[in-house]
Order: sequence, then C-alpha cells, then structure tokens
Amino acid sequence: MNIIRKWAHAFCAAASLSTSVAYAQIPPIKIGLPVPLTGPYGAEAKDQVKNAELAVKEFNDAGGLNGRKAELLVRDDKLNPGEAATRALELIEKDKANFIVGGLSAATQLAINNVTKQRKVIYISISQSDVINESSDFSRYTFHEALNPHMTTQAVGHYAFKKGMRIAFLTADYAYGQEMTRGFTRVAKEMGAEVVGELKHPLGSSDYSTFLPRLQALKPDILVFNNFGRDNQVSIKQATDFGMKKSMKFVTPIMTYTSRLAAGPHVYEGVVGGTSYFWSIEDKTASAKTFNDQYKASNDGVYPSDYGSMAYSAVKSLLAAVKTAGTADTEKVADALASLKYDTYKGQQYYRACDHQSVQSVLIIESNSKEARNPADVFKVLQVVSGSEKLLRECTELGFK
Amino acid sequence: MDGITAQLLGLQIFTGLALGAIYVLLAVGLSLIFGMLTVVNFAHGAFFMVGAYAGYSLYQIFPNFWICLIGVPVITGAIGLLVERFLVRPLYGRGIDYPLLLTFGLAYVMVELVRMGYGKQGLPFDTPAALQDSVDVFVGQFPAYRIFVIVVTAIILVGLWFFIEKTSFGLIIRAGARDPSIVRILGIDITKVWLIVFGLGTGIAGLAGVLSAPLQGITPEMGGSVLIISFVVTVVGGMGSLVGAVIAGLLVGVVESLAVLFFPEGAKVSMFVIMALVLLVKPQGLFGRSGLMS
Repeated sequence: MNIIRKWAHAFCAAASLSTSVAYAQIPPIKIGLPVPLTGPYGAEAKDQVKNAELAVKEFNDAGGLNGRKAELLVRDDKLNPGEAATRALELIEKDKANFIVGGLSAATQLAINNVTKQRKVIYISISQSDVINESSDFSRYTFHEALNPHMTTQAVGHYAFKKGMRIAFLTADYAYGQEMTRGFTRVAKEMGAEVVGELKHPLGSSDYSTFLPRLQALKPDILVFNNFGRDNQVSIKQATDFGMKKSMKFVTPIMTYTSRLAAGPHVYEGVVGGTSYFWSIEDKTASAKTFNDQYKASNDGVYPSDYGSMAYSAVKSLLAAVKTAGTADTEKVADALASLKYDTYKGQQYYRACDHQSVQSVLIIESNSKEARNPADVFKVLQVVSGSEKLLRECTELGFK
Repeated sequence: MDGITAQLLGLQIFTGLALGAIYVLLAVGLSLIFGMLTVVNFAHGAFFMVGAYAGYSLYQIFPNFWICLIGVPVITGAIGLLVERFLVRPLYGRGIDYPLLLTFGLAYVMVELVRMGYGKQGLPFDTPAALQDSVDVFVGQFPAYRIFVIVVTAIILVGLWFFIEKTSFGLIIRAGARDPSIVRILGIDITKVWLIVFGLGTGIAGLAGVLSAPLQGITPEMGGSVLIISFVVTVVGGMGSLVGAVIAGLLVGVVESLAVLFFPEGAKVSMFVIMALVLLVKPQGLFGRSGLMS
C-alpha cells in the first residue's frame, strides 16, 4: 500500500509539474520581419533588424504580455516582390507569425500587403509608398508607420522651393522615384516654381555621367535626386565630381543616416533633404533621448538611424497595442492600433482613420560639411515640420468615400 | 528634343569616351585571353571586382592611390596566373566548353569569398584628393578623375601595343595566336605564353576595377553588369582583336551617352542593338578574325 501511495504521490507531483511545463509552452508572440538584407538597401535593412530587436527586448524585459514573450523572425526578401510575398506566406503558414512588420520598397510592401490582407494578418509597413495608402490597398489590418512620398515632398518642397525657381529631377525609374517626382511637381506648381526637366535612370545604376551634362544644360536652380540608398550616394557623388554644386542646390527627399556615413562629408556637403528621424532631436524630445540611450546601450554607443528607428517604432507601437488589447488576437489588436496614440521615439503619432497612415513630423536636414567631434553628428536639423493631417493627401483623393 | 546645343553634344560625346575607356580596358583583357587561349573567361567581371577590393585593402596598408594603381594589376595578374596554371590548364584540348564552365563557376566562388571577407554591403572608395575637382574641357565642366581614367587607358593601350608589336615576346604571342603547333615545333613553350597572357588579361581587368572604384564605390556584385558589357564590346569588336576592342568600346560608350540625350529609355539597350546589327552584317565582329591579335 505504501509503495502504491508513494508512486501515487510521485505521479501527482509529476502531473502538476507537467501542467506548469505545458503553460510555459504557450508560443511566444511572433513578429515576422521581411527586409532586403541583400541588395542596395542592405545597410538600411540591417539597421531595421537591430532596431526591431531592441523593441522586442524592451517588451520582454518589461514582462511581456503577462509573461508571454515576443519573438522576432527575420527574413531576407532581397528587395524582390516575389520573394517578399513568399517570405510573408512562409511566416504566416509555416512559422505561424502573429504579425508582420517590414518591406523596404513600395513594390515589396504591396506584395506583402496582398498576402497579409488575404490572410487577415496585421501588417505594419516601414518604408515609403504612396500607393499603400490608397483605398484599393487599404485593409483593416494594414498600417503604415513610415512617411510617404506625399508627406515628404510637401515638407521638403515647401522648405526648398521659391517662386520662380527652376527645378530639375534625376529620378530612379520605379515607384519611389516616380512618386517623389509627382509630389515635388505638385508642390512646385503650388509655389510658382518651374519644373524644367526630368531624367529617369534604372534602379541600381552605377554610372550617371550620361545624365549629368543634360541636367546641367537645363540650368536649374535646384536639382532634386529622387533616388535612395546606394543610388542616392553614387549619383550625388558623380554630380559633385562634375562640379554641379557650383551652379545649383542639391536637394533629395530622403537623406539617410547610413548613406551619409557611407559616402562621407564631401559628397553630401550642402545637400538639403528630409528624414523621419535624426538622433539630435533628443534635446527637445524626451522619447528620443530615452530611445537613443537604450539603443546606444545595446549597440556599442552607435546612434539609431532613420529607417532603423521606423522599425523600432512599428514593433514598439504594435506591442503597445497588444498590451492595451490584453491579447495577441488580431481583431482586438487591430482595433487597439487604429485608436492608439503613441510616442515611441520622436513625439506624438497616431494612425489616421481612413488610410491607417501614421501622422508624424518630417525633419528638414542639411549635411554637415566637417567631421564633428562626434562622428555621428552628420546633420543639422533646419526645421521640424510638425505632424498634421495637412501633410497627407485628402481621404477623398485616395479613393475613400 | 529641345535645348540640345553643340556644347551639350560635345560634353555628352566626351562623357561617352570616358565611359568607353573602362569598357575598352575590360574588352582588351577578354579579347587577349580569347584570342590567344580560346578561353571564354566568364570570371572576367569577378577579376574586375577583386581588383577594386584589392585596391581598397592595399589602400588601408599604403594610403596612396598611386601605389594601389600599380599594385592592383600585379595582384589580380598573380591570381590570374595561379588560376591558369592550376585550374584552366588541365582543361586544354577538351574544347571550348570546359574552361567556360570553369570560369563561370569561378566567378561565383570569387564573389562569395569577397562577400565573406568584406561583407555584403559594399564599401566606399574616395577619389584621390588631387583629382577631386572638375576641369573646364572647353565644352563644359568635366570631372578630372574621368579624364585621368582616359589617360591611363591610353597609356595601357600604347604599352600593350608596344609590347605586342615591338618585343620578341609579343612576336611569340602573335605567332602563337596564328599557329600554336608551329610555335611548339620551333621549341617555344606555348603553355608559358598562355600563362602570361592570362595573367596579363586579368591584370588589366583588375586595373579597370580599381579605376572604377572612386566612380561608383565597390560592391561584391559590381562585376556582374560589367561582365555583360565586356562581352558585348568584345563581340562587337571581334574576339581576339585589340583594335576591335578599342573601337568597339569607345563606340558603345559614345552611343550609350548620346542615346541618353535623344532616347533615354533606350540608352541601356543601345549596346545590344549595336551588337545585333554588327553580328547581322559581320558575324565575326568589326575587326574579328578568330585567333589573330591585330
């Protein structure tokens, strides 16, 4: 009898132990992150990974969702829409991801969005696209954390253009470039500036010398470089080599921290651009200081970049919505996100109701020409255009009733 | 199209010549290797890329662009010698396909090795301070560095011409291209000639790479697009013809440049159109006679 009792006790103990083990086996909240780790935007993509990891770490360190942790699943979409769609599908079907954050080009964003819309999975996109705001791509589950070309060009164009100026464009021939050119053309018209010409180049070009004499002959006051990443660095470098800075001002809609570091002060000297974030706003914005300090602590004193911090904000606000909703259930989190007011790193942000575009500030920056004491001090913030729906296109223009 | 002045045209042609200079360097190396060894070197773009990276590394040790300019072709030439001796030579006599496939695979290996060693991202490469500015070339402002590239190309071409036409080794090369068996009968080790020619070709490719580095930065993939251009130019000029490589390279550069003025969408396609037209009329290329050096 005693032996049976002993075994019964042991069995009960084991059973209770196994139930607590089963509890600990609730799967973590999985966030899929498809970004172009290989290709011309690799540097920005790697930054986004590091930033997303920080947001997840902060969530987990604060206890997660009642003990349930979050986990990041990083995938390489190679800047290819087909790959991006496949990665998104895999993340949802095979890896059972709860949410997707990612996409560093308009085309990959739309490809991912097509998948997530169909599968009813929450997707937060983290790069510029005007199309994703339009009614045909809208979904209750899709949110747009990044700036879009319209907002960017409104802010930068109003700063840089003056009545009577001659404007020329060097455009990368894909969605980003075309949408930026469209946005800037609109602003030029509003301000009474004249668009004198545009030259389009294939994405990923390594030589721009054949475009530059023609652009120079147009005698513009401002040359706008509507391209991104390595294309931006190389085209501005080559235009500088042609001595074009002597006769015109260089403007670019998005001047990234990674590009400026890669290309150096001589190339970007005197260039004016826009950005979603630069670390130096920490002296006026408390959340920026907190974010910068946290990031530096986990990254050897390196400051966070613009595109990187977008990924941080997307994941952090997503997890904040999860906390508010009290669950990882898609429907409840979607509702929480739609009404969320958040200040993750740059000030107040919220998602506009009709298109789920995150309303936020745009910074106008100029590149510093000398190496400062702090090697991260590469930009001067000329103006902070505060976040307002005036920067966005009207809901009706986007096709919403 | 409006606004095309004679000045713009002149500047655009000049730009095309500068563009063509790099094409010429690449095509010359490829043509040499094919003309002499009948080897289609699919790793040519990879040697171009390795040249750029070798220049970067050399610059870290000796921060002097001129030293890099001399050192890089030596490095890529040496790698070429090793490749020929141990990888390509065992395949001689088996037809044109084997060395082609070998060099094709070699290209992938070289790119991956560079990715592993230097990262996938790519690295910046500054224009040497002395050449950073633009100069007035009568038709407009033009980057001093690109003029330098034209000058270096011209020097290399003159040196190559002198080497092939006026030295006894060059005589052997020309004879070996015309009839390798007779050269062997005369007691000359033709395999050593092939070794040197392969090294020469890859050395020039590497030089083109380090020359291109300040223009566009360096990435592990930079050899890919350049390889296609090298082949187009070599085919247009005629496989095995040095003169053909020069004329075709400059032609392709200038046509691409002018196309941007008149028909920008077609600029990148223009070289293929030229190739198609030339091959229809003269299948061996403008100056081609397989196996000959001039």
